Amino acid sequence: MTAADVVIVLLGVVAVGSGVLVVATRQLVHAALWLVVSFGSLAASYVVLAAEFVAWVQVLIYVGAIVVLLLFGIMLTRAPIGRSEDLDSDNRVVALVVAAATAAVLVTTLVRGFRSAYFPLKARVGNGSSEVLGASLFRTWVLPFEALSVLLLAALIGAIVLSRTDIGGADSDGDTPQRRERRRGGPGGSLGLARRRGSGPDEDDTIVLSRVDEEV
Amino acid sequence: MHLVYPVVIAAMLFSVGVYGVLARRNAILVLMSVELMLNAVNLNLVVFDMRWADRLHGGQVLTLFVIVLAAAEVGLGLALVLLIYRNRRTVDIDRLRALADRDVDPDSDISAIPDDEGVRR
Amino acid sequence: MIVLAAVAILLPFAAAFAGMLFGPTVSHLLTPLARRVRSPRPGTAAGRARVLARRLPANGPALIAVLPVAVSTVITAVVAFEQWRQPRVRTGTLTLVQTGGLPFAVSLDVDGLSAVVALMVCCVALAVQIYSVAYMRDDPRYSSYAAFVSLFTAAMLLVVLSGDLLVLYVGWEVMGVCSYFLIGHYWHDRATSRAAVKAFLMTRIGDVGFLFGIFVLGMAAHSFGIRAVIAHVPAMSHTTLVAGTLLLLCGVAGKSAQFPLHTWLPDAMAGPTPVSALIHAATMVAAGVYVVARLYPAFLFAPASLAVLGIIAAISMLGAALAALAQDDLKRVLAYSTISQLAYMAGGLAVGTRDGAVFHLLSHGAFKALLFLGAGCVIVTVGSSVLSTMGGLRRAMPVTFWSMTIGFAALAGVPPASGFFSKDTILSQAWHAARQQRPRGDFGSFAHSSVGGGTGTQGYTALNNAHRLPVIPESMPGIPSWTGWLVFIAGLVTVAITAAYATRTWLVTFFGEQRSEVAPREAPPLMRWPVAVLAVPALVLGFLGLGSDHLRPEPGMAAVSLLFTAAGAGAVFLVWNNDPALDPVRLLGPVRPVLQAGFHLDNVYDVLVVRPVLALARLVVSTDERVVDAAVEGSGRGARRLGGLLRATENGNPQAYVSGLLAGVVIIVLAVVVLT
Repeated sequence: MTAADVVIVLLGVVAVGSGVLVVATRQLVHAALWLVVSFGSLAASYVVLAAEFVAWVQVLIYVGAIVVLLLFGIMLTRAPIGRSEDLDSDNRVVALVVAAATAAVLVTTLVRGFRSAYFPLKARVGNGSSEVLGASLFRTWVLPFEALSVLLLAALIGAIVLSRTDIGGADSDGDTPQRRERRRGGPGGSLGLARRRGSGPDEDDTIVLSRVDEEV
Repeated sequence: MHLVYPVVIAAMLFSVGVYGVLARRNAILVLMSVELMLNAVNLNLVVFDMRWADRLHGGQVLTLFVIVLAAAEVGLGLALVLLIYRNRRTVDIDRLRALADRDVDPDSDISAIPDDEGVRR
Repeated sequence: MIVLAAVAILLPFAAAFAGMLFGPTVSHLLTPLARRVRSPRPGTAAGRARVLARRLPANGPALIAVLPVAVSTVITAVVAFEQWRQPRVRTGTLTLVQTGGLPFAVSLDVDGLSAVVALMVCCVALAVQIYSVAYMRDDPRYSSYAAFVSLFTAAMLLVVLSGDLLVLYVGWEVMGVCSYFLIGHYWHDRATSRAAVKAFLMTRIGDVGFLFGIFVLGMAAHSFGIRAVIAHVPAMSHTTLVAGTLLLLCGVAGKSAQFPLHTWLPDAMAGPTPVSALIHAATMVAAGVYVVARLYPAFLFAPASLAVLGIIAAISMLGAALAALAQDDLKRVLAYSTISQLAYMAGGLAVGTRDGAVFHLLSHGAFKALLFLGAGCVIVTVGSSVLSTMGGLRRAMPVTFWSMTIGFAALAGVPPASGFFSKDTILSQAWHAARQQRPRGDFGSFAHSSVGGGTGTQGYTALNNAHRLPVIPESMPGIPSWTGWLVFIAGLVTVAITAAYATRTWLVTFFGEQRSEVAPREAPPLMRWPVAVLAVPALVLGFLGLGSDHLRPEPGMAAVSLLFTAAGAGAVFLVWNNDPALDPVRLLGPVRPVLQAGFHLDNVYDVLVVRPVLALARLVVSTDERVVDAAVEGSGRGARRLGGLLRATENGNPQAYVSGLLAGVVIIVLAVVVLT
């Protein structure tokens, strides 16, 4: 057991432990923060594994973007800040059993498969540099990379369409022209949702409630 | 470096994510758990890339791809969650039962269904 | 000739459809025309013409109904005249319809019998159609009524003139349907629609037998042609003949309302009176007798069937006459009287005088139509058909009174009215049959009718020759003497009872005190005159029989029959004279309700047939509900319950679904690990 192994195990314990806290905590915001810890320790693990570029990307996107997005989501859904007892569903026992079984199966399989696997970490230094990865990405993987950019664009457009209330399926769910007119009249736009929440929550609430009625 | 440690860590992390997906009620918490599972995969990818160390660096590149995908997924997922919240005033997954079969009483309603001639018995 | 006969059939047939479809349209078109005619002109013709001009032209359905029947009447008159001038059989075949088995021919067959009956049918139909114009004037559904009467006329003519048993059967069934519709004309009344259904069902019971009788005879003769069947009669086995003719008798009893299938006829009086006159007195009910006359040789070779016919006839004539005596509804009196008189014809056939039976059929057609139409006038005037509301109508309704007097005289058999002659022929023949004498004229030539008359190549000349004295083949079995006695005695007693109920009805209706509030007045001319015109044949038709030696009344028999008539009529008159205000029937005492209910035969059928059938139906229904339905629904319910178990997993909770999914994956992985 080398020093790298020890560091990996320690970081792993932190990652798994904060992961457990993410799924076990009773405070939503704390869950997001524990997620930051978990992602951070994973980024450290990448550094230990000589994949420094991936580690920075991890920090940038996961910790910097995704967690922030999740925090926004928590705020926008008006989730309770502070302790709340009902964050777990009734499925908890089943979930525990299934998760434990998954863990058992995976761990036993992996331990049996890779008990004696070993690789020299020192020889790998430089394999995860941005130069190496950039060359690989823009030579070998350029086509999937471009495809992924298109996918990202599609996701962007999809998220906008889903978020905006004044486009996409407004006719199909039986909107009256008056209501559509009223909605158009407001300070709309692609960011209309957040802005309107700020400006006139009550108006938005009535719309939402009447929609619920229509669906029922 | 022993391969088994990071691999077992990834497996544990994945199982934790599984538990979170299955046990958490709030949809945003479920999304977080999904992120945990994706990260477990990422760890695996990086470890095995380092083990094989081939010219393509497929593991690390795929890790990057997965991170991008995760970003896209979180964006879309949050949009969906917000839409659900706007429509239902809740993001509790176990209260979104639109998939359920609503016809719950097999005995009482067989007579309430009109027969072929449209006559209720 | 055949073409003329076909036109006579098709005209009312076309009129039926035209009346149904275009009747109101024609009214619409004619209204301006009628207005011009109606405009007053000085020195115009007789008032009656103007009345006609007012009524008729603007009434499209009436025009469409009356004119074709009038033309048909003229045509059948021409046909009958031609047949009388040159008596021979005229047949015409339109086409031979190939079927899987025996082919049948769409053919017509005119001989003396069919020609004269067709003429009678057309005359009565014409009278009834004219009468109906006035009788049904205010009926909103007169158009369909007239169309059905036209359709009925066409069907009856088809029955009379058809040369093929299956084509005859088509007409026979169309008649039944028209009868159903016309009885149920006032369907909004529950009793009326029930009477219609009853008539339909009971005649249908008989018709099943009739159809199978046709099959038996047709199969035995390898043809459905009437003439071919008759020609094959001597070659048929006795069993076939008896079976076939007995089956035919089922239909005859149903259609001609003979015991035991007669109970529909009194109820059928719920229909409009002209319909009763046409269908349930003069024509359709006579069709059964006509068919027996048409196939008479087949019956002659099956004396068992004739004996059965005789028994049916004896029961029907006596029972119906007794029932007629006790009725207090004018139309029901006439209905039972019709059963009784039809039984006379059947009895005549049973004792071997086809011509006597047909003679009576014709005279009965005339006088019973007359009586019904007259009864319609009385009912319209009084507003009710119950006898106890009538009385004293003699002075107010002279035309109706005198016409109906002739009708009642013919019914009772008072000379010189027609009924006397025809009834007497049958009685004489019954007397001869009872004493095992050979009949006088036998199946000869009433009005030059003959069963055969064609080439006579089948070696059956006796029945095929119209003019020679018939020679009865040796092989032909005789009519049993007890049948003769039965018909004779029943007939004589019935003569007395008939006279009694005819006298009673006549007296109660027209004499004595007036018992209703309304002021009686004569019926409208369109109703009055057909009645008066029908009185002519009712009076003089009997004298035609004098021309034929075997239809001439025998003096002895005439005296006996007159004696019985006088006894019956006299007794009733004496009772009535005692107290004209009261109904003479009161003397019957406790027997009266029994007779009035037609010997409670309806109740007997109710117990014997209707209730068991209903019970069976209920059993079937309950079996269907408790066993079949229960099995079906039980399987459905079981499947649903079973599904309910699985449904518990489909609770809509995605986390549960994903749990199941992952658990499945784990189990599969475990299995793979363990198994390998």
